[in-house]
Amino acid sequence: MSQNLSAALPELKGRSQWVDARARLLRNRAAMASIVILGIIVFLAMFAPLLSPYAYDEVNYDLISCAPGWWPFEAMCTAPGNIFGTDAIGRDIFVRVLYGARVSLAVGLVATIVSLVIGVLYGATAGYLGGRIDDLMMRVVDVLYSLPFIFFVIILMVVFDRNFILLFVAIGAVEWLTMARIVRGQTLSIKQKEFIEAARAAGVGPFSIITRHVIPNVVGPVVVYVTLTVPTVILMESFLSFLGLGIQEPLTSWGVLISDGADQMETAPWMLLFPALFMAVTLFCFNFIGDGLRDAMDPKDR
Amino acid sequence: MSALLEITDLNVHFATPDGDVHAVKNASLSISESECLGIVGESGSGKSQLFLAAFGLLAGNGRASGSVKYRGREILGAPTPQLNTLRGSAVTMIFQDPLTSLTPHMKIGAQIMEALVLHRNVSREEARIRAREMLDYVRIPESAQRMRQYPHELSGGMRQRVMIAMATITGPDLIIADEPTTALDVTVQAQILEILRSLKQDRKTAIALVSHDMGVIAGLADRVQVMRYGEIVESGPVDDVFYAPRHDYTRMLLDAIPKAGEMPAPVTAVGAPLLTVDDLQVSFPVKEKGLFGKTRTLRAVDGISFTLHQGETLGVVGESGCGKSTLARAVLQLLPKTGGRVVWLGRDLDTATQNDIRKLRQDFQIVFQDPLASLDPRMPVGVSIAEPLKALEPHLTGETVRERARGIMQRVGLDPAWINRYPHELSGGQNQRVGLARAMIVNPQMLVCDEAVSALDVSIQAQIVALIRDLQAETRMSLIFISHDLSVVRRLSHRVMVLYLGRVVEMAPSEALYADPRHPYTRALLSAVLTPDPRAERARKRELLTGDLPSPLDPKAQLSFLASKLDQPGYRPKLIEVAPGHFAAEHD
Repeated sequence: MSQNLSAALPELKGRSQWVDARARLLRNRAAMASIVILGIIVFLAMFAPLLSPYAYDEVNYDLISCAPGWWPFEAMCTAPGNIFGTDAIGRDIFVRVLYGARVSLAVGLVATIVSLVIGVLYGATAGYLGGRIDDLMMRVVDVLYSLPFIFFVIILMVVFDRNFILLFVAIGAVEWLTMARIVRGQTLSIKQKEFIEAARAAGVGPFSIITRHVIPNVVGPVVVYVTLTVPTVILMESFLSFLGLGIQEPLTSWGVLISDGADQMETAPWMLLFPALFMAVTLFCFNFIGDGLRDAMDPKDR
Repeated sequence: MSALLEITDLNVHFATPDGDVHAVKNASLSISESECLGIVGESGSGKSQLFLAAFGLLAGNGRASGSVKYRGREILGAPTPQLNTLRGSAVTMIFQDPLTSLTPHMKIGAQIMEALVLHRNVSREEARIRAREMLDYVRIPESAQRMRQYPHELSGGMRQRVMIAMATITGPDLIIADEPTTALDVTVQAQILEILRSLKQDRKTAIALVSHDMGVIAGLADRVQVMRYGEIVESGPVDDVFYAPRHDYTRMLLDAIPKAGEMPAPVTAVGAPLLTVDDLQVSFPVKEKGLFGKTRTLRAVDGISFTLHQGETLGVVGESGCGKSTLARAVLQLLPKTGGRVVWLGRDLDTATQNDIRKLRQDFQIVFQDPLASLDPRMPVGVSIAEPLKALEPHLTGETVRERARGIMQRVGLDPAWINRYPHELSGGQNQRVGLARAMIVNPQMLVCDEAVSALDVSIQAQIVALIRDLQAETRMSLIFISHDLSVVRRLSHRVMVLYLGRVVEMAPSEALYADPRHPYTRALLSAVLTPDPRAERARKRELLTGDLPSPLDPKAQLSFLASKLDQPGYRPKLIEVAPGHFAAEHD
């Protein structure tokens, strides 16, 4: 349709592949709906304190493990003011879920983006340059792979003191390794393709070849791996927090809330249900966005 | 004569996501006993689907309707068991790609025997003897040894012979040969066609020869049918169709084939040459199989020298594996050379840094063989075309780049409105125009065409060749035109260089080379070229090379035409000037 229109215009603007990709992404309903939902969750997390009369660390001993007012099943007590109920020391779960979203989304996104950027650039460079450089770069990856993760995190915490930023560093430092391997493997096969040689013959420099020709063509497996990384990272954070290496009480994250809630699943299921629901919806959104991105990047896809 | 196979009003439809495709429209044909029917058509004309449909081999989304009678018996839509008694026994097929149509994990002997044991109910011992006889018949040397080899150990030509042996061993009435020589070199093609001809004459086998190449059909077919967009547009005895074509499309196909006497106007070499290549060598290490295999050196380009002047076209001819593509890549500094010199405008490129060479690419560009593979599938063609300009002249504004991209697209015959199309949305010929536009946008002084028209249909091929000629006349650029197809090279080249296993065996002005070839290899190549002239083809006496190209790893390979020096391994035949400007390698 757009092609017919543009054919009629004498002065035709060339579109880049990114503009085309965006147009295809905008046409993908599942991806667009996911972006909207994710946007709502991010909005809620940002304005959490304004949306609830309770503070995330406000303890209320009168309302311990109370169900929300609308809870249809039997419960020990109900707290009509707390729409998601309260936890074992009477804190409002709604506001805690939203505060947890800040931590989990930040960790999930930042650590994934860090691992994505480092991993893709590193892997594509190693794969494209090949030879000795490739060997050296991939041996570095192997060495880092062999470090025990927990040990690595504990050393970081001891040396640099416990710190929220360190969480990103620790997780990012581990997650990019797999990404680098995947991208390198893909690059090795793409490097053999004739269009790479054509670009070299056209005088395109190595850096431009990597960014313009190699990376767009490895996007499929990368996107699939990214959508798997986000949940891994969110769970990894809760694991570190559980060991006392991550987020500390009274601050919280979805991982912490879910693991707390799982303990009281039988007596107070709402403590598990709401953080788990938020996390599940978020992960679904990431998956759909990932699929949408992959399809959008592939012009052959219809 | 009774009809062996009679197809009446055959229609083939394919259900695709884009809707129904009517691949074959009301096709009717008949083949009599021991007759050869040639089916000609370009890619997508439905010529292969016609026969696949007739024998129930259509892909899952295909439907066939009409009537197919084999010896008067209706076989269209017959149940598979009934068809199986026919297929592989009375009617056999030879496909284009002999590697994919042989089972990779079965030995050659076992594969040939399979059909015999299955259909003719003979003992394994007898089958083995018959299989060996058959391999001898298709002229495979050392047949006993070949029986124990796997398909990947044989060359393309050998595999196609194995396919013919498999197709012939059951003594079929009809062989359907679907582009049997398209993937093969010209000299091997001539050998395979010779075998098919003897099958027809000695064994009285009927052959349905499907090909896009009028030359292949001319020598072998008794009758010809021309297909276009699923319809048979012309049919008749071979002489009538070739000498008095009635349909415009047939005439167009015949006209598209390059003929003698279409040589470009000579250029006078003035001043210093643009490009001087001196004793260029490129070798690759080849590791033998196994943990402790030795590494041997494969000399892909083994001491080639030539010069190229402004406005001149040098044709480079040779069969697969002769190093012609490696030569092009080494000259363009896309591959590291192992020896020799490349001098561009008086400057030895050894002294240039990587960055200098990148800048020099403005002067020499290349067009590749496979138009689709050489374009980034994720880039609109406009971006691909503009890429060299952006890389080499980064100071240009976006508007100028777009302007020049539009200009060059118009020049190569592409609609500038297609700037946002993707390569998979264009046809092969259009994509090759994109490749040409990408190379020409920086106004290079030298263009290398590496088999640039080989993957295209003849009619498109003629258009692209004409376009290259026009562009050259306009810009006075030099051209290195690499092809295995001697007749295409002839159309463009001032001088032609024939390569054999990484060395020049003959180099001469075009006219002299075609009129008076001196080296036996050149003569064999020229005699293997097919012409769309049935009488000449039938009368033709061929200088056939026997067997395959020797392995370039074999130190004796270079001496194939110089047996008297076989006692001096490592001797390289020298180039001798046999006439002014005409060089030929030593030979016996």
